[in-house]
Order: sequence, then structure tokens, then C-alpha cells
Amino acid sequence: MTASITTRYETIIGLEIHCQLGTATKIFCGCSTAFGAPPNTQVCPICLGHPGVLPVLNEQVLAFAVQTGLALNCTIAPYSKFDRKQYFYPDLPKNYQISQYDLPIAANGWLEIESPDEQGKFYRKRVTIQRLHMEEDAGKLVHAGAERLSGSDYSLVDFNRAGVPLCEIVSGPDLRSGAEAAEYAQELRRIVRYLGVCDGNMQEGSLRCDVNISVRPVGETRFGTKVEIKNMNSFNAIQRAIDYEAKRQITALENGERLVQETRLWDEASQRTVSMRTKEGASDYRYFPEPDLPPIQLTPDQIEHWRSHLPELPATKRHRYQEELGLSPYDSRVLTDERAMAEYFEGTVACGADPKLASNWITGDITAWLKTQKQDIRSLACRPSDLAELIGLIQAGTISGKIAKELLPELLANGGSPRALVEARGLTQVSDPELIGQWIDEVFAAHPQELSQYRSGKTKLFGFFVGKVMQKTGGRADPQRTNELLKQKLAP
Amino acid sequence: MITLEQTAHLAHLARLELTPAEIAELSGQLGAILDYMAQLQNLDLADVPPTAHAVNTANVLRPDQPVPSTLTEKLLEIAPAPEDHFFQVPQILREG
Repeated sequence: MTASITTRYETIIGLEIHCQLGTATKIFCGCSTAFGAPPNTQVCPICLGHPGVLPVLNEQVLAFAVQTGLALNCTIAPYSKFDRKQYFYPDLPKNYQISQYDLPIAANGWLEIESPDEQGKFYRKRVTIQRLHMEEDAGKLVHAGAERLSGSDYSLVDFNRAGVPLCEIVSGPDLRSGAEAAEYAQELRRIVRYLGVCDGNMQEGSLRCDVNISVRPVGETRFGTKVEIKNMNSFNAIQRAIDYEAKRQITALENGERLVQETRLWDEASQRTVSMRTKEGASDYRYFPEPDLPPIQLTPDQIEHWRSHLPELPATKRHRYQEELGLSPYDSRVLTDERAMAEYFEGTVACGADPKLASNWITGDITAWLKTQKQDIRSLACRPSDLAELIGLIQAGTISGKIAKELLPELLANGGSPRALVEARGLTQVSDPELIGQWIDEVFAAHPQELSQYRSGKTKLFGFFVGKVMQKTGGRADPQRTNELLKQKLAP
Repeated sequence: MITLEQTAHLAHLARLELTPAEIAELSGQLGAILDYMAQLQNLDLADVPPTAHAVNTANVLRPDQPVPSTLTEKLLEIAPAPEDHFFQVPQILREG
């Protein structure tokens, strides 16, 4: 008998993420960056690469890049410069891209992800950030369908996007699965959105993700042949593309095939990766220092100034919510996904609300209401202090949770004091045993038949009586007290 | 020294179509330029900090304020092949 030997493989993944920085103007000229303008209406001699023009760096691009670098725990370079990366492509008007090569603005950082493993148990992991640099975007090629059919030999290009500022963020080869890579990309998106440096819109291309992936037998220390995947426009697509590609590479190795270093495209329609081109060597870009742009020198004081203005970031909030407020990893994650929601939650807790209850209301009923009403938490009429008051009323027993749920839409739409609303509507919960006892007697009097059925053993009618008392009082009777009194009165 | 193969490779990267005679001529010229620059290697630069730029200045920045693009029509007009509001460019055929 022979033991079957199966090699176990591990997948090595690194991500290169391009974030479009949310500035008003392009990186080296004053053209607008607004999305969706008519073609070639936001162009000038500088971003079209005409001879004799002089690019000048947008100060907001530098500020955003440094802030992002700091948020990713990077070292900010005291001396940094731009370089020309040379290649030919019709969307690149100058035949070179102004980028940063050997002296990027930030390097050697990390970010922490917290995500559920296959058993659903949350784990934390630090992913290294190798570098972050500034560069300009290229234009956009428009392939009209009709031209393709007629076999035309040209494309059309819109240069509105040429020169839009980008931040490229390169992770270390630290990720091990599609799910982990997608979580890393999402965490990075959260961070840039918290900072307000990028809107993170993958559909509009303001956050683009390229994946480097290789596989190797477990225990092997050298890396396998690396493949780059492009063209994924959602986190879900990143995960599926990686899972597909890892399987493809492992199957190829098992069949004794040799993998080639190449770029592949994720094809959403067929759910697979397809080969695009063999990768050229890095030296073919012939980088050299950009002579038109002087270097950037930053003092420790400037860097500290930017650092002191960083907001509290999602990972820090998650830690704090779990360790100080006792929330679950899951709740902490949902609450901190968007900065506005996290701040609403914190405002509610600061007004004295119980964190767990506040979390339940915000991630549950309020989120659902915002979704159906297509509203944003930032423009909610109900302030955190109002929500805290509502939660306080429930905890004090003034109203039941059921009544609170009924009041919520009105409060969310119009704001105002929940206490005043409760009083105006006469919804205060009644706990007075005498009053509740009286209501119970009235219910018994109105339903003699059910009462005698109960007494002769049909005890499941208990719920019927509770329901009748609630109906009679518009839900104002304290449910717990009602239950107790009913039990007493029905006892043989 | 620069070999004929290096010159041919550079020409390809720059998308220049050169005859063998031109490659030979340019190899000689490029070699001479490199030799000329190589004289710098003889200087003692131990006390000179490296620089990435010829001009001794830094941090030339502009505020993030839009400047209206007034030349857009003109820029399209002078392009080799404008079409509606686009620039025509050679079709890139997807390989593989």
C-alpha cells in the first residue's frame, strides 16, 4: 500500500492600490478633477504634455499623501523626488508618467486588519506597507463598439483624467487568501475615507486594486512565479479573482506545467482570469529624475503638524470599542466602517447611553431606516443626544422597547426630544400594579369563555390575555409586570 | 562602450526604427558621450552629498485652486487627428 502524498500549497498575495486623491485640481496643473465632465474639457497644455510647459506640484496632493503615509504608520521621507517612468501607451500624452521611483514620500508602514476566519472567529493581523508614492493618472481610452465592428484602426482618448493625482500604496507579500486580501483592501478604503483624502469609489475607479499572487508548497521559503491580476472593480471580485487564480496556479504546478510571469485580467462575465501580456522587466521603464520638479524636503515639525491632525482611525476605534466599551468584534467592525456612523455612536455614548444598546439601535433600526429612506447619518434630524434620551427612557422603564421602535421613524425624520414626544402622545409605560390589575380584570370580563377554557387547562391562552391587555393599552402596560400579575390572577 | 545590441534595445524602447548602419553610427556616438561623462568618476566627491536635482531648491508648490481650461478647443484643433471632442489614437490590440 502506498500512502498518497498531497502537497499542500500556500498562496502569497501582495496588493498595489491606487487611490485617486480628492483634490479640486490635478497634480501638476490647475485643471479640474471633477468626475463625469464632457470629454477633453478639463485639459491644458501641461496635462497634455505640450513642449515647454512647467508642471508645479499641488500642495494638497503632498498633504494628502503625507497624511495617508502617517495613517499607515509609515516613515515620511525628509527628502523625496519625482521621476519619469517611460513607456508608450495612447492614454499617456507625454510618453512618460511622472511618478516616484527610489525616493517615495512614505515607506515601511503597516495597517492592521481584523476579520473572521473560516470558523467565524475574528483575528487581527498586521500587513506591512512597503511604500506609498504620488503619481499622475493617465487618460481614458474609449473604444466605441461600432468602430470595433467596422475594424477601425484607431481608438479615441479622453484626457480629462490625465494628471489626476494618485497615491499608489504597495503592501508586502503578507496576505494569504482572497478573503484576507479583500479585507486589507477594505481597511485601506476605510482609512482613506476617514482621512477624507479619497472617496474610495471602486465603480468610478477612484480606488483601483492590482493583485500580485504566487503559490508555493508549504515550507518552501522562496517565492513562486508571480502573476499580476488587474481589472477587479469590487472587493468581492478581488476575493474571487484570487481564489480562482490560486487554484489555477496550483493545478498547473500539479500537472507539471511551468508558470510564466505575466499580467492577467479578471473577467467578471466568465469568472476567471485571462492572460493579457508577458511582463516587461522593471529596468525597461528607464526611470530618471524629473528635471522640471524640484525635490520635496519636509521638516520634522511639518510632519508632526500633519500627524497631530490625524483623526482616530478605524483599527484604534475597534480596539477601544471592544476593550473599553465591551462590544463584540462584529459590532465594532460594523460601527467603525464609516467614520460618520462611528462618530454618531460615540456621540450617543458620550450623552450617557449604554454602548451595547446604542450599538444595537444604530446598526439595526437606524441603519435600516437610513437605507429605505435613502438618507445619510450625517444629515439625520435625530441627534446623538436624542437617541441617548430614547435609550434612557427604555432603561428607566418609562417606555417599552416596542413603543421606542414605533416612535423611531418620527424621531429620525423630525428630531426633537423623545421624552416630550412620549408625554405628548401619552405613551408612558404603566407599571402601576393596581392599574394593570384593573385592565386585566376588564379583559377577563370581556372574554369569559377564554377564561373558563384557560381554567380548564388550555394554558396556552396565556399569550392571548397578554395580547389583549397590550392591545387595550396601546402597548403602554409594562410587559413584565403584566405577565406577573396575569400569572397571579390566573393561578388556581 | 555601448554594444550594438544595447543600442538596438534602446531604439526599440524609444520606438525608433533604425537601420544597421544607423545603429552602428549611434553606438559610436553614444559610447563617446558615455566616455566623456565618465571623466566625472575621477573626481573626489567624498564630501559632496548626493543630489537628485541640478537646481538647489525644494518645495515649489501651488495652491489647490482650479484654473479654467480656456484652451480646450484650440488644443483639440491642433491635434493630428481630432474627432468630435476626442483625440484619435492608434488602436491597441489586446495580445494573448
